[in-house]
Amino acid sequence: MKKRLNARVEIRTSPHIHYAPSVSQIMRNVVYALVPISLFGIYQFGLSALALIVVTTASCLATEHLFMRVSDRASSLHDFSAVITGLLLALTLPPGFPLWMAAVAGFIAIALGKVIFGGLGYNILNPALVGRAFVQAAFPVAITTWTPAFIPGRFSEFVPSTLTLPFLKPISPAEWINANAIDGFTGATPLALQKFEQIQTSTIDLLMGMTSGSAGESSALLIMACGLYLAFRKMLDWRIPVGILLSSALFSALFYLINPDLYPPPLFTLLSGGMMLGAIFMATDMVASPLTPLGVWSYAILIGVLTVTIRFFGGLPEGIMYAILLGNAASPLIASLTQPRAYGKERRSLFNRRQKEES
Amino acid sequence: MAGLIHRAWRNSFPHGIHPPGNKFTNRLPIKRLPFADELIIPLSQHIGAPAEPIVHRGQEVVRGEPIAKASGFVSVPMHSPVTGVIAGIELTPTAKGPKTKSIIVRPHPGAGQKVLYGAPQDYSRLDRNELITAVQDTGIVGLGGAAFPLHVKLATPPGTIIDTVIANGCECEPFLTADHRLMIEHADEIISGIQLVMKLSGAKQAIIGLENNKGDAFHAIKMRLPDKSPISARLLETKYPQGSEKMLITTLTGREVPSGGFPYQVGVIVHNVATLAQLGTLMPLRRGLIERVVTVTGPGVKKPGNYLTPLGTPIRQLLDYVGFSGTANHLILGGPMMGSSVASLDVPVTKAVGGIIVLAEERKIDEHPKNADPCIKCGRCLQACPLKLNPSQLGLLAAKRQYQAMEEEFHLNDCFECGCCSYVCPSSIPLVQYFRIAKAINREQLITA
Ligand code: SF4
Ligand code: SF4
Repeated sequence: MKKRLNARVEIRTSPHIHYAPSVSQIMRNVVYALVPISLFGIYQFGLSALALIVVTTASCLATEHLFMRVSDRASSLHDFSAVITGLLLALTLPPGFPLWMAAVAGFIAIALGKVIFGGLGYNILNPALVGRAFVQAAFPVAITTWTPAFIPGRFSEFVPSTLTLPFLKPISPAEWINANAIDGFTGATPLALQKFEQIQTSTIDLLMGMTSGSAGESSALLIMACGLYLAFRKMLDWRIPVGILLSSALFSALFYLINPDLYPPPLFTLLSGGMMLGAIFMATDMVASPLTPLGVWSYAILIGVLTVTIRFFGGLPEGIMYAILLGNAASPLIASLTQPRAYGKERRSLFNRRQKEES
Repeated sequence: MAGLIHRAWRNSFPHGIHPPGNKFTNRLPIKRLPFADELIIPLSQHIGAPAEPIVHRGQEVVRGEPIAKASGFVSVPMHSPVTGVIAGIELTPTAKGPKTKSIIVRPHPGAGQKVLYGAPQDYSRLDRNELITAVQDTGIVGLGGAAFPLHVKLATPPGTIIDTVIANGCECEPFLTADHRLMIEHADEIISGIQLVMKLSGAKQAIIGLENNKGDAFHAIKMRLPDKSPISARLLETKYPQGSEKMLITTLTGREVPSGGFPYQVGVIVHNVATLAQLGTLMPLRRGLIERVVTVTGPGVKKPGNYLTPLGTPIRQLLDYVGFSGTANHLILGGPMMGSSVASLDVPVTKAVGGIIVLAEERKIDEHPKNADPCIKCGRCLQACPLKLNPSQLGLLAAKRQYQAMEEEFHLNDCFECGCCSYVCPSSIPLVQYFRIAKAINREQLITA
């Protein structure tokens, strides 16, 4: 990264120089990093995935714009954060998700995830996950209806459920899939297969994204590569994904060692479902994660352990989404408990803070 | 832990920033600046009580003669930088804004301008108190920018044990090269200054710390140091603020100055190399401080360089000489990270001014600063703050005007306004500016309470 000296002095007191990428530059780079993942999703799932991505992003942008107009504030579209929310949201949804529901998800993500807190910088939870959690509760069937990747006709026709009219029962894509795809496809994701039928999907398939799943959570390799790009540009806190992946691997290894028949190997835990996308792109939402050094690690470990717990013992095959939401909710507390020891100060322990100040 | 790694592997302290160096003038030898038509000596250009004039209007003075005396222990005398006549004692503008009382000296056009005042002394025979008084008589203050009287800093409380003297040759502010040149051209004076401080403090060793962008200065000093000298030189990572007292102590000794405390509490004292060079020059001759090296640089100067400038030279004349015809809005006094803007070009060069940076474009004074975005909690400021404070949280509290909480919970008063946090903030939040305001308000409430 080349440094440029910004000699334009804006305030007449020191420091007189400033060097930092602006907020919109950072956000734009996150968008760049999400583009390859989105493209891969479109390549896997075809027209439906494309439509899904366009609809959620448009819905997020429109919602943001609307609220800024209503509250008479300067437009905040230029900061690209709504685009990120839209893309991330689409990437967590099943590719054949009805578009009208996707639009609702986008609206909820921005309205309930961000605007009511006061906009960018004030949200407590990752907005995309708020949207996703809402539709998970509201449309439990649609959100668990998966389509296989690489169906031959994917670029010429939509998955029928995509075009469901609002408030109608989604058309089940089963027939369409049977007509199009390989025999014997169940529509189940690797996680569901593992959890409910103890069928392992091969590691290579997981790495390369040759499985069914939501629009963007499939190719673990690609997601890692995009995450590395951001980490190298210092626009993503590498400690969070590393912490989540390590802690969930260790924690799940524990169970695997106890009962390898019932629990999947740690590598499967890392590569399947939304783990990669969640750990790299969602848990790292700067606003909703703590920023003290110790806090960052605690937050990451909390999410890793929670994800595995939900996956193994909860009713759902996927746990990362709720784990991150819980982590987000806990981060103000984490941050306040993990204030760094300032230079030249005694370390404050958790419990004697008050007494010390009073004395 | 992180501190250990930084010290062992990189000769550095944790956190901090790497602004572009822009040391354009580091190969230009120190050059003497001609005398201005009129020199302005503010009586208060150091921390402490202003000096008291001992001359009157119309009086003839010789170069180096005392013209104001210290008005207490925390105060220093002033010396005439030139042979000439006292043109008046008046209120003049200062860098900070409010006018202050100053002695105005007009040089004699024909005078030879040799320093006639002063008499060689053998200070090795003086005892501690006599030495400290002798240092006070030189009028030297911290030339690194602090302007704290040197003799006060040397007079550590009885019972303190100093084991290490640190000579600060980091010059970590971008653009500035005055100390760099001093170390190359006046290593001997710096070393004798260090020896004097070691004698006074009883320290057994001294370390000269330089950033590793000054390899030539490092060698110049090494050549001057005999084998087995208790004085050593060390190259440190080039990183801002390596030259801040606390950071340098940590880098060189691993010790941490307690919050609100002084370096002598951990057995060290730190002096800037420019201060030490003056000490080494003036003490043997029993003279006073009348000039200093000032780096004049930046895109707006035709003849950038390191100029040995008589104290009291109005900035206007200095800038005329180096080829610049703009307004005060182009200037920064000191470094770009911690220096100040000046209100007028009639401000003189004082003891604490080590550099003048001239920008190419005029700054718009009244233009509203770029609207800050909200804090996105990116954590960059936490990773930049050398004191490991939480500028993000401090900034949020400042915006809510919870100034008390800033101090009680987040150590506002430890912040030394180095500017690292503002430098890295993607939201362009004027963090340091907030902190200055908050500190001022807290101070005021303390007084009124
Ligand atoms: S200005 Fe204060 S808060 Fe900001 S980095 Fe420097 S010491 Fe830390
Ligand atoms: S650098 Fe600026 S935006 Fe980032 S956490 Fe600090 S104050 Fe907030």
